[in-house]
Amino acid sequence: MPNFIDRRLNPKDKSLSNRQRFLRRARAQLKNVINQSVKDRGIADVDGRQVVSVPTRGIGEPRFQSSSKGGKRDQVFTGNKEFSAGDRLSKPKQGAGSGGGKDAADGGEGTDDFEFTLSREEFLELFFEDLELPDLVKTNLKEVIAFKPRRAGYTVSGAPTNINVLRTMHNSFSRRIALHRPKQRDLDAIVAQIEELERGSDQDDTATQRMAELQEELTRLLRKRKVVPFIDPIDIRFNRFERQALPNTKAVMFCLMDVSGSMGEREKELAKRFFILLHLFLKRRYDKIDIVFIRHTHEAQEVDEDTFFYSRETGGTVVSTALEEMLRVVYERYPTQEWNIYAAQASDGDNFSGDSEKCVRMLDEIVMPLCQYYAYVEILDDREADIFKSSDNGTALWRAYQEAGKSWDNFQAKRISRPSDIYPVFRELFAKQNKSADTSGKARA
Amino acid sequence: MAKQTRKKKNAFLFEGSDWSFDTMSRTYDAIEEIAIKDLGLEVYPNQIEIISSEQMLDAYSSIGMPLMYRHWSFGKHFVREEQLYRKGARGLAYELVINSNPCISYHMEENSMAMQALVTAHAAFGHNHFFKNNYLFQQWTDAGAILDYMEFAKGFIAKCEERHGHAAVEEILDAAHALMDHGVFRYRRTPRGAPHKEKARARERQEYEERTFNDLWRTLPSPKGGVEPSEAEVEIAKRKKNLRLPEENLLYFLEKNSPVLESWQREILHIVRKIAQYFYPQKQTKVMNEGCATFVHHYIVNELYDQGRITEGTMLEILHSHSSVVFQPAFDDRRYGGINPYALGFEMMQDIRRVCTDPTDEDREWLPEIAGNGDWRGTLRDAWANHRDESFIQQYLSPHLIRKMRLFVLSDNEKDDHYTVASIHDERGYENVRRTISKNYDLGMVEPNIQVVDLDLRGDRQLCLQHTVRDGIALADKGRDEVLKHIRRLWGYDVVLRGVDNLTGETVYRTSTTETDAAA
Repeated sequence: MPNFIDRRLNPKDKSLSNRQRFLRRARAQLKNVINQSVKDRGIADVDGRQVVSVPTRGIGEPRFQSSSKGGKRDQVFTGNKEFSAGDRLSKPKQGAGSGGGKDAADGGEGTDDFEFTLSREEFLELFFEDLELPDLVKTNLKEVIAFKPRRAGYTVSGAPTNINVLRTMHNSFSRRIALHRPKQRDLDAIVAQIEELERGSDQDDTATQRMAELQEELTRLLRKRKVVPFIDPIDIRFNRFERQALPNTKAVMFCLMDVSGSMGEREKELAKRFFILLHLFLKRRYDKIDIVFIRHTHEAQEVDEDTFFYSRETGGTVVSTALEEMLRVVYERYPTQEWNIYAAQASDGDNFSGDSEKCVRMLDEIVMPLCQYYAYVEILDDREADIFKSSDNGTALWRAYQEAGKSWDNFQAKRISRPSDIYPVFRELFAKQNKSADTSGKARA
Repeated sequence: MAKQTRKKKNAFLFEGSDWSFDTMSRTYDAIEEIAIKDLGLEVYPNQIEIISSEQMLDAYSSIGMPLMYRHWSFGKHFVREEQLYRKGARGLAYELVINSNPCISYHMEENSMAMQALVTAHAAFGHNHFFKNNYLFQQWTDAGAILDYMEFAKGFIAKCEERHGHAAVEEILDAAHALMDHGVFRYRRTPRGAPHKEKARARERQEYEERTFNDLWRTLPSPKGGVEPSEAEVEIAKRKKNLRLPEENLLYFLEKNSPVLESWQREILHIVRKIAQYFYPQKQTKVMNEGCATFVHHYIVNELYDQGRITEGTMLEILHSHSSVVFQPAFDDRRYGGINPYALGFEMMQDIRRVCTDPTDEDREWLPEIAGNGDWRGTLRDAWANHRDESFIQQYLSPHLIRKMRLFVLSDNEKDDHYTVASIHDERGYENVRRTISKNYDLGMVEPNIQVVDLDLRGDRQLCLQHTVRDGIALADKGRDEVLKHIRRLWGYDVVLRGVDNLTGETVYRTSTTETDAAA
C-alpha cells in the first residue's frame, strides 16, 4: 500500500513568483513591444488579455554547446530502405538538412520570438509604468475625503439599534450574581411549598408558622427582585463607531467634443482613442468612474456614447456652450466634495469668433477650480500638422487656450494628427513630474 | 449463470475510466505483487501524488523538482510550456517521477484509471527500481537527502535575495546556470577530506620521504637528453599542481578558487553544482531508464490482462498509449525527431528477453554470455544495475534488432560535398552501427570538453580555459561569448578560451573576454 497524497487542492500559482521574476527580467523589451502595439493597434482593444512576443535576446540562457555544423561526425538513423554501404548522398544547399537531423533543432533555444500572453493586470502595469497623475498641489488640496464608520469598541450611550446584546447581557449577568438576585427557581420552590401547605389537611401551629415564614420570605425575595432588575440601564452597552477618513475613490470624466460638420470620421476616431486612453487610466486609479458625454455644435447637449461618436449634427460651433452644459451637469449630479472631476475636450479648433475669449474666461473663473484636470486636444489635418506642430500660432481657440495653459498648471493643450500621435501626447500630458529620473536614464542609455 | 458472470466481474480490479483512491490502491497492490514477486524488482517505498495540469506545468518548469528555488528562467519555461499546452501543440506527461526516497511520483488527475494503472507500473516500479539499483544513481545521488537539500537550497537563496537583493542573486544564478553542464564531476567524486586527516597524511608523506632519502638519486642524468626543464616551466607545473589543474568541473573550480566571490555566492554555486550532479546520471541513462520503465509496465499490464484482472477495454487503451510512446518513425518521416529513447530501450530489453529464452545461432555468436541462459529477469536486472546508455548499447544491441530497426550510419565530413552511408544493417555493418550509436549516447563525446588549464594568481589572474576540439567540431557561436562573460563575472578577471585540436594539439581558435568587450 503506497502513500497516496492528493495535491490538487494545494495552493495554486506556485510558480507565480517565478513568472514575476521573468517579467521583470524582460521588462525593457516588453515595454517596447507594448508601446509599439499601442501605436499600431486600435486602442479600443488595449484593455484585455495581450499576446506579446518578446525577442529571445536578453532572456536567453547561454550554454557551451557543440556546434551543429562543421567537423566530421557520424550519426545513426532508423528505417533504412534503399541505401547500402558506400552510397553517397548530396548535401542540401542550406542548413543541416537530414544530416543534421534533430541536432540542428536541438542546438539552441531557437531564435524566434518568444510569444506568450500577459494578463490584463500585467499589461496595464507595464503600460502605465511611468504614467502618473500630475502631482499637483491642487489635487492634494482638493483631495476629497469621504467618511466611513468603523467599529471601535463600546460606549454607554447610543441609538437602540446599536445595542450590543452580548456585552449587555454579560454585564447584566455579572451584576445579578454580585447582588444575589433571587433566581426564578427559588421563587418557584417557595410558591410550591406554600401551595403544598395550603392543600395540606393538618392546620396545626407549626404549619401556620411555617406558612407565615414562607410568605415573608416570598415577599422579601420579590422585593429584592424588583430592586435588582434583570437588566439595569447601567448594563447596557452600545457598539461604538468612529468616522474613518477615506480618500475619495470616485471620479467623473467629461468628454467634450465638437461634432459640427468640420469634424469628420477621422477626427472623431482620433478623439475617441484619446478618450478611451484617458478612461483606461482613470480606471486604474478610481473604483468608480462615471463618464459624461457632451457634444456641441452651436448648442450643447449631454448624450449617450453611441450618439456622441456616431450621430451627425450640423450647425455652427460655439465651444462655450459645452462648458456651460458641463457646469450644469456638475452642479446637478456631481458635487465636488464627492467626485474628482476630469475633463477632456476634443475639437478641430474652429470656434465662433469671440467665443474663444468667453471660453477662457469661463475656464479661469469657474471650470478650472472645479476640475482636477483639464485636457484639450486639437485634431489637425495631416497637411496642417507640419505647419502647426511647432509654432505657437494656430486657430483662435488654440491661441486662447494657450493663455489658460499659462495660468493653470492642471490645464494641458496638445495637437494631434495621427493615431500614433495620441500615445506620446497622452504620455506627455500625464508624464511623471519628476522628469529627472527619466533624463538620467536616457543619458545612461 | 448470472451469479457466475458477476463473480467474474468482481475479479476485475476496476472497470470504466474513472479512478478513485480505492481502485488506485487496489490496482497498486496487484501491480506490486507482479513487480516484486514475479519480476523481482527492488524499489524505494512509493509516494504517489495526484496533481492537476497546472501543477504538472509547475513541476516541468522547475526541472521536475517538487521544491525549487526561485529564478526567472523557471518562469520563462512555465510560460513556454503553458503556451504549447494551451495551443495543443504538446500534451503533458502522464506522470513525473523523482529520484528520492520515498520515491515520489506525480500522477495527473486527468488520467483515466487505465492510465493510472499504466503510470503506476511505469513510474512507481519501473523508474523506481532503476533509480534504486543503477550504479550511477547509487554512486552519485543521495535519494534520501535530495528533498531536504532542496528545501535548504530554496530557503538559502530566498534569504540571500532578502539580504543582498534580487539582482545580485540573479546575477550569480544566471552565471551558474550557464555553467551547469560543466558543473559536474564525470570521473571522480568531490574531493572531500577532513582537514585533520589531510594534515596527517601530509606529515606521513614527509616522514616517508625523509626516511627513504638518498642523495644518490640527485646524480641521475635527466631523462630528456640532458635538457633540464626551465625554471619557468617548473614554476608553471608547480602552480598547476597546487591548484589541481586541469579541472573539468568549472563550477567547482570557481566556487573554490574565485578571488572575488563572497561566501554566500560560493554557496549558491555549490547548490547549482549539486543539482547538476544530481541530474547527471539521468542524462546518461535516458535510453535505459525509459526502456526499463516501459518494459516493466508492458510486462505488468500484460500479466494483469492474462490473469483476467483488467478488462479488454482497459487493455486496448493501455496498448494504444504504449504504442504511441514507443513509436519510432523512419528517418524520412516528417515526424522523425531522432531515435526515440523509449523505443530503443524497450526494443533492446524485449530483445534481451528473446535472446535469453529463445536464441538463434547468430545471438549465440554475438551475445554468448546471455544467449539461452533462460533467466531473462536476472539478466535484465543485472543490465539495469550495471550499465549506462553507452555501455548498455555497446554490450547488448544485437544484429537482430539492428535489422529490425533498419539502422544505418551516415557520415558527414565538412570537407566533402556529400554524405556517405558508412554502414547499414548487414554483416559488415553491425559493429560500426553499434559503436556509432553507442558513441552518440556517450555524454563525454557529445558535450564539449572544456577545462580550466592554467592561471597565474600572482600575475594578471587571467583564467585559461581549454576546449578540446574533437573531430573538428567547434563550439556553437551562439552563447559561447555570453557564457565567457558569465565566467568572467564569477572569476572577476579576464577569461581566455582556447580551442585545441585533440589529435594535432594545434590551437583552432582563441577568444577572450577582453576581445569580446572590445568588439561590443
